[in-house]
Amino acid sequence: MLSYFVRRVIAAIPVMLVVALFVFLLLRLSPGDPAAIIAGDMATPEQLARIRAALGLDEPLYIQFFVWLGELLRGDFGTSLISQTPVLTMIHQRLEPTLSLALVSILFTVLISVPLGVIAAWRHGSFIDNFVMSASVVGFSVPVFVIGYLLIQLFAIELRWFPVQGFRSLFDGVGPFVSRIVLPALTLSSIYIALISRMTRASMLEVLDEDYIRTARAKGLGERAVLFRHALRNAAVPILTVIGTGFALMVSGVVVTESVFNIPGLGRLIVDAVLARDYPVIQGLILLTSGLYVVINLLIDLSYAATDPRIRY
Amino acid sequence: MNMQTLNPSRTGGDAMPEGRGASRLLSRLFATRPKAVTLIAAVVLALIVAIALFAPWLANHDPLALSPANRLKGMSESYWLGTDAYGRDLYSRILYGAQVSLIVGVGVAILSVAIGLPLGLLAGYFRAIDAILMRIMDGLMAIPGILLAIAIVSLTSANLWTVMLAIMVPEIPQVVRLVRSRVLSAREEPFVEAAVLMGTPTLKLMIRHLMPSTIAPLIVQGTYICASAILTEAILSFLGAGIGTEIPSWGNIMSEGRIYFQIKPSLIFWAGLLLSACILSINLLGDSARDALDPKMKRRNA
Amino acid sequence: MSTATVTSGRDSAKAAAEKVLEVEGLVVETGGKRPAPILRGVSFSISPGETLCLVGESGSGKSVTSLATMGLLPRGALVARGGRILLDGENLLEATPSRLKALRANRMAMIFQEPMTALNPVLSVGRQLDEVLETHTRLSSRERKAKVLDAFSQVHLPEIERIYSSFPHQLSGGQRQRIMIAMALVLEPRLLIADEPTTALDVTTQKQILSLIKELQQKHGTAVLFITHDMGVVVDIADRVCVMNKGEVVESGEVAQVLGAPREAYTQTLLDAVPSLTPRAPRIEASQKTVLEVQALEKVFEGGRGLMRWLGKSSEGTRAVDDVSFRLKRGRTLGIVGESGSGKSTLARCVMRLETPSGGAIRVDGKEISELSRSMLKPHRKRIQMIFQDPNRSLNPRRTIGDSLVEGPMNYGTPRKQAWARGRELLELVGLPADAIDRYPHQFSGGQRQRIAIARALMMEPEVIVADEAVSALDVSVQAQVLGLIDEIQQRLGIAVLFITHDLRVAAQICDEVLVMQRGKLVEYGPAAEVLANPQAEYTRALMEAAPGRHWDFAARAPLQPIAG
Repeated sequence: MLSYFVRRVIAAIPVMLVVALFVFLLLRLSPGDPAAIIAGDMATPEQLARIRAALGLDEPLYIQFFVWLGELLRGDFGTSLISQTPVLTMIHQRLEPTLSLALVSILFTVLISVPLGVIAAWRHGSFIDNFVMSASVVGFSVPVFVIGYLLIQLFAIELRWFPVQGFRSLFDGVGPFVSRIVLPALTLSSIYIALISRMTRASMLEVLDEDYIRTARAKGLGERAVLFRHALRNAAVPILTVIGTGFALMVSGVVVTESVFNIPGLGRLIVDAVLARDYPVIQGLILLTSGLYVVINLLIDLSYAATDPRIRY
Repeated sequence: MNMQTLNPSRTGGDAMPEGRGASRLLSRLFATRPKAVTLIAAVVLALIVAIALFAPWLANHDPLALSPANRLKGMSESYWLGTDAYGRDLYSRILYGAQVSLIVGVGVAILSVAIGLPLGLLAGYFRAIDAILMRIMDGLMAIPGILLAIAIVSLTSANLWTVMLAIMVPEIPQVVRLVRSRVLSAREEPFVEAAVLMGTPTLKLMIRHLMPSTIAPLIVQGTYICASAILTEAILSFLGAGIGTEIPSWGNIMSEGRIYFQIKPSLIFWAGLLLSACILSINLLGDSARDALDPKMKRRNA
Repeated sequence: MSTATVTSGRDSAKAAAEKVLEVEGLVVETGGKRPAPILRGVSFSISPGETLCLVGESGSGKSVTSLATMGLLPRGALVARGGRILLDGENLLEATPSRLKALRANRMAMIFQEPMTALNPVLSVGRQLDEVLETHTRLSSRERKAKVLDAFSQVHLPEIERIYSSFPHQLSGGQRQRIMIAMALVLEPRLLIADEPTTALDVTTQKQILSLIKELQQKHGTAVLFITHDMGVVVDIADRVCVMNKGEVVESGEVAQVLGAPREAYTQTLLDAVPSLTPRAPRIEASQKTVLEVQALEKVFEGGRGLMRWLGKSSEGTRAVDDVSFRLKRGRTLGIVGESGSGKSTLARCVMRLETPSGGAIRVDGKEISELSRSMLKPHRKRIQMIFQDPNRSLNPRRTIGDSLVEGPMNYGTPRKQAWARGRELLELVGLPADAIDRYPHQFSGGQRQRIAIARALMMEPEVIVADEAVSALDVSVQAQVLGLIDEIQQRLGIAVLFITHDLRVAAQICDEVLVMQRGKLVEYGPAAEVLANPQAEYTRALMEAAPGRHWDFAARAPLQPIAG
């Protein structure tokens, strides 16, 4: 197990290197002076010269890369051009709303989509199957912000069940937190629910065709045991995989949802950074989310071993 | 070693009928009577394409003409859907918005398949290329697409080409992976090995025996890429990181409407409706293409 | 067609005994708007302690019969439309789903063909047996465990405690099939349905599993419905036989009667197609020219590669082929015989240079090819061609037969027109109409596709053809025709054939020389008449002993006289 873990971690290193290299090249190879991009439009010539020296722009490209990589490894992700605060500090300040939103959305997703997918596969071709399939296509297709505004219009403006926008920390009380998180979490999970109920259904359909399901039925087992004990565990690996690769969708959903619901999280941070051309912040957030992507997928890889005894190191 | 396929009852000739190239593919697409949903989706998409093509004739205002005197007007005989915060005609802007969405969607789909297909063939066939190329693709996939697109757009001047590039880059790894996995399994097929034994040169082998099995899944994947590119373009515009704000795109229209959402929801509503309908119909067509082209799924749906 | 024969056959059986299973006029059709008949009124019955073999080729409906009995027809795809299935007098076609669930495992149980896929990979095998008891009995968990372990020991599994907590992938195919049998018999059902339970197993394992089923059947008095395509297995296990064809019972009766004096023409052709285990008469060597020579060939598969090997404990790799040498002369057939994992297919792939050997020499027409690069190899590829096992995958589904045939010659510069004309000739030679050249592979049956594959190999005018299990996927009657074709072509063109097979009967009928392999090593090599009729190596003897139906001469319709010596 340990050697498997170590090997997976080592295998993740080249991926992170490629990410870093890509982010690095994006800035250096883009048209225009990197120093000017970093410094922003208001920079004085002295500031530009200082930044140019700090970036080592006169050095060869690969030396610049390794110097920059060294800074990253020491935890130096640069400083925001606008607020002059270190990027990591800014990220830290904005972490809680985003984490709350993401976790509640994942909770919604798993609670709703896995049962839906299982039932749709079990009653393949029935009304409920068609309903799940149609609903999931709609969930894929309607943009997150459209869903967000529809929910606001219906539940916040017409029915007045929830506040329109905003965020309250869980530490300030459960009531205000819940009332403000439900709509954004529903919005964010819509696409995820569509994705995972579809994947659950497809994966279950595949497994239900397997010989061992026929064996289980030949043993006289009830349908519940067949579905949950025999089929779902075998269908788990593709479902977990999609949860991992769906992380990219989650990120784009977070960015949009936080804008629609005015939640001061990482998504708003990056939108503000884009509008202000605050490149160090953008760069820091890309590196962070990519790192998170790699870590999440690593954890999912490791969890395969827990669901499938054939996967062993 | 060879025991898996020894049972005669397994080889009873249930192989799927397949034939030559495009005509075969088309005949498979239309072999089954399309479901009503598919027809509706096709009609909706055709209407949107028509809107995009004939926007100059359908529009009754210049979509860019500012008219400060007519800000935020409601529906009227002159302004069918009212006006936006700058007094521009919403109806005309929405018509022109269809052009942007379709160009981005189709352009990204074609370009990412055109780039991803040869890369995937190479990765699937040559081990040395595979090792390096797939590490790069893994790295690219680790960067969430929307952030990559935001970064590219924020570093360059925002025009149609950079937006398409920004949306395309994260899609390419998906295409490469798909093609590569198909090639890897096709390589094991006895008919491919037979071709190797008959001295077929590598390039011919790839084009003649390996590539055809990737075409059907690529058509399906292409439609999904098209839908997701339209979506991403709208999101980028909505966030203010898309093509220049002066261009009437659905994302831009909605982005500008956000501030006035509580006063005048129609600023978001109409563009959102058309955008959703467009993406939905493309996704539905993609689903029916997959059902028709993928014999495994077809059997299930029968 | 044969309700009459069936009834008379049944009457002559142990008529006094009460029937465990009676199937009467069973009709099964495909579901959907245009139903097609799969079973057209099948009738048979089984008494306690009796084994009935349903035997037939693919598409005969024998497996559908068994699934219908268990109530496991795929929902929507196949529907039972008529007839009765009586289990101890109770009509299963009218039973409620919950009644069927209660009967399964309790009164009737089933084992399947693929032990590799029939067990759930994510549950321990002990748990999978325990589940049966949990569902159908009120035993405590301790009693259940004791009963499961007892079931394991009854099927002669070693280290039953360890097996209990093992997962399927940790066990061999034979062990898994034993688990399936233990699972099926743990509640001592009245009826056991065995659907090709040994087809995916090696002959030696097959022999053990067959005798295990027999042993347990005698112990518990179980009625066994045994489904097989293998006439040899029928001889070894059946009391009575039902021969099925296209959804009907063609003929049924006692084994000795059906195999000894078959009444129906279909049964007769089926029996005639079974290759004899007695080697063919030796042929005169027409030529002394050696076309293929293999010397001390080795192939080692490295365990893990690159970073993984550098990090993990590097395994030493598998020696798939270990020091094998042989020589093949013009116009002769050499059979490479062995069980799964013997390395016979790897050997063939090395000879074809689809794999690069780790050591030793391969000489085609005197030219050493084992280390040539891909481009250097091209001129020599022509001389040696291959026929693959699976007829469904050996032709590019998207190209016409003609395109597939002319590809090779055109690679070597033959003008298209000339290659096309040659293609027509060869299609006729392998017994297909010349207009087949414009059609696609899916328009042909498995046997026809294998003929096309032979024609494709012949297009290159090779000196050697390597046939890797080339008839294993075919029904026995088609198999006989393809073997006949290979023989005929060899006579005409003087081609040498390297014939890879697991089937000793096939080897006995087609080979001049035989080379027996086990775990990558050469066990015995010599003229077929000597190796198969009078094996020297212990392993070869064990293989011959395990061949099903070895005491029966199918062509003579009589038991074989034991060969002296």
